Amino acid sequence: MGDARNLKPLTLHVPEPRFRPGDAADFSDLEVPPAGAAPRPDTAAPPRDFTDLAYTMVRVLDEQHQAVGPWNPRLSPDTLRRMLRHMATVRAFDERMFRAQRQGKTSFYMKSLGEEAVAVAAAHALDAEDMCFPSYRQQGLLIARGCPLVDMMNQIYSNTGDKLQGKQLPIMYSEKRFGFFSISGNLTTQYPQAVGWAMASASKGDTRIAATWCGEGSTAEGDFHSALTFATVYRAPVIFNVVNNQWAISSFSGFAGAEATTFAARAIGYGIAGLRVDGNDPLAVYAATRWAAERARTNVGPTLIEHFTYRAEGHSTSDDPSQYRSTGEPTSWPLGDPIRRLKDHLVALGEWDEPRQEAMDRAVAEEVRAAQKAAEANGILGHGLAQPLDSLFDGVFEEMPWHLREQRQMMIDEEAASGRPWDRK
Amino acid sequence: MTDVIDTPITTRMNMIQAINSAMDATMARDPDVIVMGEDVGYFGGVFRATAGLQAKYGKTRVFDTPITECGIIGVAVGMGAYGLRPVPEIQFADYIYPALDQLVSEAARLRYRSAGDFTAPITVRSPYGGGIFGGQTHSQSPEGIFTHVSGIKTVIPSTPYDAKGLLIAAIADNDPVLFLEPKRIYNGPFNGHWDRPAENWSKHPGGEVPTGYYTVPLGEAKVVRAGEAVTMLAYGTMVHVCAQVAADTGVDAEIIDLRTLVPLDIAAIERSVRKTGRCMVVHEATRTGGFGAELAALVQERCFYHLEAPVERVTGFDTPYPHSLEWAYFPGPVRIGQALKKILKD
Ligand SMILES: Cc1ncc(C[n+]2csc(CCOP(=O)(O)OP(=O)(O)O)c2C)c(N)n1
Repeated sequence: MGDARNLKPLTLHVPEPRFRPGDAADFSDLEVPPAGAAPRPDTAAPPRDFTDLAYTMVRVLDEQHQAVGPWNPRLSPDTLRRMLRHMATVRAFDERMFRAQRQGKTSFYMKSLGEEAVAVAAAHALDAEDMCFPSYRQQGLLIARGCPLVDMMNQIYSNTGDKLQGKQLPIMYSEKRFGFFSISGNLTTQYPQAVGWAMASASKGDTRIAATWCGEGSTAEGDFHSALTFATVYRAPVIFNVVNNQWAISSFSGFAGAEATTFAARAIGYGIAGLRVDGNDPLAVYAATRWAAERARTNVGPTLIEHFTYRAEGHSTSDDPSQYRSTGEPTSWPLGDPIRRLKDHLVALGEWDEPRQEAMDRAVAEEVRAAQKAAEANGILGHGLAQPLDSLFDGVFEEMPWHLREQRQMMIDEEAASGRPWDRK
Repeated sequence: MTDVIDTPITTRMNMIQAINSAMDATMARDPDVIVMGEDVGYFGGVFRATAGLQAKYGKTRVFDTPITECGIIGVAVGMGAYGLRPVPEIQFADYIYPALDQLVSEAARLRYRSAGDFTAPITVRSPYGGGIFGGQTHSQSPEGIFTHVSGIKTVIPSTPYDAKGLLIAAIADNDPVLFLEPKRIYNGPFNGHWDRPAENWSKHPGGEVPTGYYTVPLGEAKVVRAGEAVTMLAYGTMVHVCAQVAADTGVDAEIIDLRTLVPLDIAAIERSVRKTGRCMVVHEATRTGGFGAELAALVQERCFYHLEAPVERVTGFDTPYPHSLEWAYFPGPVRIGQALKKILKD
């Protein structure tokens, strides 16, 4: 491979995260712009007028816990308290369900620790009728939209109360009544689907918009790019949320392109509005979502919001992050804890205090405990037959063709021959 | 052809270790072999199949990739065009679908459409199959989709020994190979009795694995149990379930582990079916249009006058893979036993 022109050999660049197990994590050189600094463009402005917003960070809560700057959504204390409570509920719910998996009561769980603001604040900023196409880490949308916790837990346990009939992996909820699309295990498929829903809404002269979420790792999938192309072509009334929690499973954001640019900047090449937001600042998430919703609702077009946050725990119950990243990362993350930040803000406003926080925490814990008790009364995974055996064949098609009817009979005969103690319901 | 083993030293391995050892052995001999995929680098893969390889061979030969299966296979095709021998991992076979175009339209046809100008010497590894409460996106058996495509080989091992020898042979092969790993038997053989304690590979003869480089040739089936009463054709996890059923029922079955679906060892199948006069096909994948249908057709075409009963298919049902009713779905000992009764009736 000698070269007559004596060229230097090429080298292959392979990204490497800054901290690995055993390293002390130090994020002091992470650029965090001051709260209130980012301008807020008119919602009718064309994306090329504010490309800077894809590289900075929209932040509202400052170091003194005050809401500052043009993005301050000026929410009432009641709304702030509701957001706080929803985030606390998500955290308590996650904690309980994680433990339930560890106790062998179900097969799988995924927490959203540290990212609660991303889903909860967005749910508050959207209309209740707007349609959400989430990934698996937006349980906060359901909780903020009032989905009964016991229904969510029933799904996690695949028990007799599970409306999905035990067909889906835990947390892969489907809740049409709360504007929450059926979650797929296959990454980023929801992105073009959200665009399709938004295009349908626009073509029908509806007023509802769509919003979708994926992780930064998932932006690599082709579906992400198809979605953005469709959205810009048809100016679909859709909000794209990229939850940049720094880690996919063991792969850091650099494997999705973060060494070269931001995820918000993905929008620029498509001619879509791009915002990079402090994802641990519930007010910034709220304000950005409101702004994007306004653009969508006034036919200006789609917006992509990168929520800069941190996945404080394992990817799922199957993951041990100490194998691939510094254990110091979660505690040294410079953008703080979204629940703590909202609480401090309320306290600074004189609208909250320690006794009320403690009372709320107790109430939330009790609510989650009671829901768990009620859910477990419907059974836990693997203990007895929670679903009628023949429900296995329901829902493949609207009407069951002959071959499925035959196979269903085969299964019933098989069960009789097995002598298994499965009480058929 | 027989297995070519260059060192007599063996050790106990589970299937993950055997697969890891196969990549290690080929990477040590051939600097053009590279390993890539989601989480395969520093972490060593979500099932740890590539553990230690990056530390040993460096980041430019073992690396994490962006999460885009289409990209992973497309990049592998391009690397193959350069002259490398990529071994991409698709984290779960359930996630292979975004890569379909690159596999079906590109890798599988490159040799043909360029009249050999370019080839795609890539081996796509992917864990497949159910039995781990993985729900519909961690349990599928998509082999029938790929056996239907001309130009791609499909290999499925059932023991650590075969896994290592077949994977080395697959990587050495100059055509694209889909190497599906039955994840239910990564840690031990599974006899289909999900309510009994799990076994590991330490007592199974297939868990004794040469430490060095050796190949189990592609395209050769293996008789894992000789018998006279009926031929059972299986691969992957179902080989062990069939063996258990034969033991439980006392039926003198001849069990053939196909090991390679394409190209198929048709001679081994014909030999056995001509002897036993009965043939049962067992796979975990859905039934309609599955690989079992191909096997049944071949046996019917080639052994019709030797058959004493219709070919029986035992398969997963034609539904998505369920979560909580996993064991009602899985073609376990009861379903196979029922079919055995039927095929042996007269
Ligand atoms: C198509 C597809 N490929 C791979 C996977 C396996 N997988 C599940 S989650 C995940 C990481 C996703 O990371 P990211 O998008 O950053 O989201 P996060 O989990 O951090 O919220 C991977 C690789 C999958 N579910 N689907």
